[in-house]
Amino acid sequence: MVPDERVRRTGARSRFLTRPDIGAFVGAVAVFFAFAYFARAVNWIGEPAIAAGWTDQAAQYGIVAVPVALLMIGGEFDLSAGVMIGSSGLLLGYLTTYQDLNVWPAIMLVLAFGLAVGLVNGLTVVRTRLPSFIVTLATFFVLQGVNAAGTLQLTGQTAIQDIDGASGFDSARRFFAADLTRYDFKVKVLWWIGLTLAGAWLLAKSRFGNWIYSVGGDPTAARNVGVPVARTKITLFMMTSGVAALMGIIEALELRSMQAKEGVGLEFIFIICAVVGGCLLTGGFGSVIGTFFGAAMLGMVQLGIVDAQWDSNWTFTFQGAILFAAVLLNTLIRARVQRS
Amino acid sequence: MTAPGGLLRASGISKYYGHIVALKDVSVQVEAGSVTCILGDNGAGKSSFIKILSGVHQQDEGRLFVDDVEVRFTSPRDARACGIATVYQDLAMVPLMSIWRNFFLGAEPRKGIPPLSRLDSAAAKRIVRDELQGMGIDIRDPDQPVGTLSGGERQSVAIARAVYFGARVLILDEPTSALGVKQAGVVLKYILQARRRGVAVVFITHNPHHAYPVGDRFVILNRGQSLGTFARGEIDRQELVRLMAGGRELLELEHELEEMQTAGS
Repeated sequence: MVPDERVRRTGARSRFLTRPDIGAFVGAVAVFFAFAYFARAVNWIGEPAIAAGWTDQAAQYGIVAVPVALLMIGGEFDLSAGVMIGSSGLLLGYLTTYQDLNVWPAIMLVLAFGLAVGLVNGLTVVRTRLPSFIVTLATFFVLQGVNAAGTLQLTGQTAIQDIDGASGFDSARRFFAADLTRYDFKVKVLWWIGLTLAGAWLLAKSRFGNWIYSVGGDPTAARNVGVPVARTKITLFMMTSGVAALMGIIEALELRSMQAKEGVGLEFIFIICAVVGGCLLTGGFGSVIGTFFGAAMLGMVQLGIVDAQWDSNWTFTFQGAILFAAVLLNTLIRARVQRS
Repeated sequence: MTAPGGLLRASGISKYYGHIVALKDVSVQVEAGSVTCILGDNGAGKSSFIKILSGVHQQDEGRLFVDDVEVRFTSPRDARACGIATVYQDLAMVPLMSIWRNFFLGAEPRKGIPPLSRLDSAAAKRIVRDELQGMGIDIRDPDQPVGTLSGGERQSVAIARAVYFGARVLILDEPTSALGVKQAGVVLKYILQARRRGVAVVFITHNPHHAYPVGDRFVILNRGQSLGTFARGEIDRQELVRLMAGGRELLELEHELEEMQTAGS
């Protein structure tokens, strides 16, 4: 085949533009400098407490957004990822306060619960061939009801309190939810960065990552060449619910209590992070690093609007606008990648 | 009619779907380093036949031999284990993934200690470039998504992949039918490259003009039956076209069309 000199000439530029994470990176930098101006009254750039605030918010979004992005690249959604945070935190609270379990074994049980929910989601999607959007929407509503009714029945209130009375609480809190001693940064931010690096490595460097791309890009083709499509998808669902359970543990330890409605609504924020990060809704393409910048962007918007002393209700409008811009950008990228 | 021997031999294959006879007593012998063309119009039984050779379906009558040993395929995996690779029209490639990721999909080379073993992407890219170069395919960049390749290039990558993973028999299902003239020419070139590497190529097509320049032997199917195996030189292009069309029918059609033309003017 004769090398095509036209492709060669535009190669470097086009490869840069087709990187899925560039848009999110540029967007995050733009949002940062926008608030550097609008929130200059609180010293947005220079004040460590301000950065600690928005990175904490971004970590809240970004930790679960990592497996949600991998799952989306694998061609599936998990709408139960938000409510799972509440379910897991409440379960941790129940086990430690009502069953008097030490926090550490309770954490193990909660993580096992997370993996089990993911297994059910994954098996249902693979076996029934129903869209995961519908299957996990059902899980979402089932768990939302259990969270609310269960908490009320148990406590007579809408929250489980006093988790800090449990044995092992302090050592667990240091590990999952402490403030780092300097600059007020939360240890949660390290979890976010660590999971992002692990997810990015998995996607780019491991065999499993190759399988993720293929089951999202063309499951029939993947099956034809011997990729275990069902196992790959089920594993991704388990990772998503498992990390959502981790987030529930982090929140319960940080807040020392858990609200019954905790996490509801975050499922869409995770999806926005992934889409802003360059993940295609149709699967087969995306980036964990991009998702990191997507979460950073949403965290900055959330806190920046407060710091700029705007009405915080505008946050939703911003999130919608960011999502819309990201989807448009992604469509252009895919058209570029797929042109023959 | 087939003498014993050959790399892959099908003898007296019949296949029925209910009361429909898809194949009746078809025999084909395939030799290493040769191109066997299976020609036939739509409904002639070509796809039923290759599905039996590649293990997707099982024959109702007849026997299959690999290296003169009788085999019975119950799945495509069995056929693959015998070195029979099939490149289907839909190619088994993921358009959004890069060439090297596609090439090794399902058989990724890895290095490092198991829980943290990683893709050996440097080796994968080198092998892809070498293998494709060995087939005379000069790819610009193994990181390019397969979706950016032309149809002919994609077919060529699929052929190179099958050859690399040890295919001794390469079954190509209508590899040129969706391609333009120039792209089809490119794929025909790689069919000859695969033959030069000692692969037995089974080339299924309904286009005698694509089969004739590359085929060593031609098997013509018509309505589920073999009209015979012809060596190159025993048969000319016109005769191939005539046999494929079921003899007289094409001539009759030509006359009919001429009459319509004259009636219309």
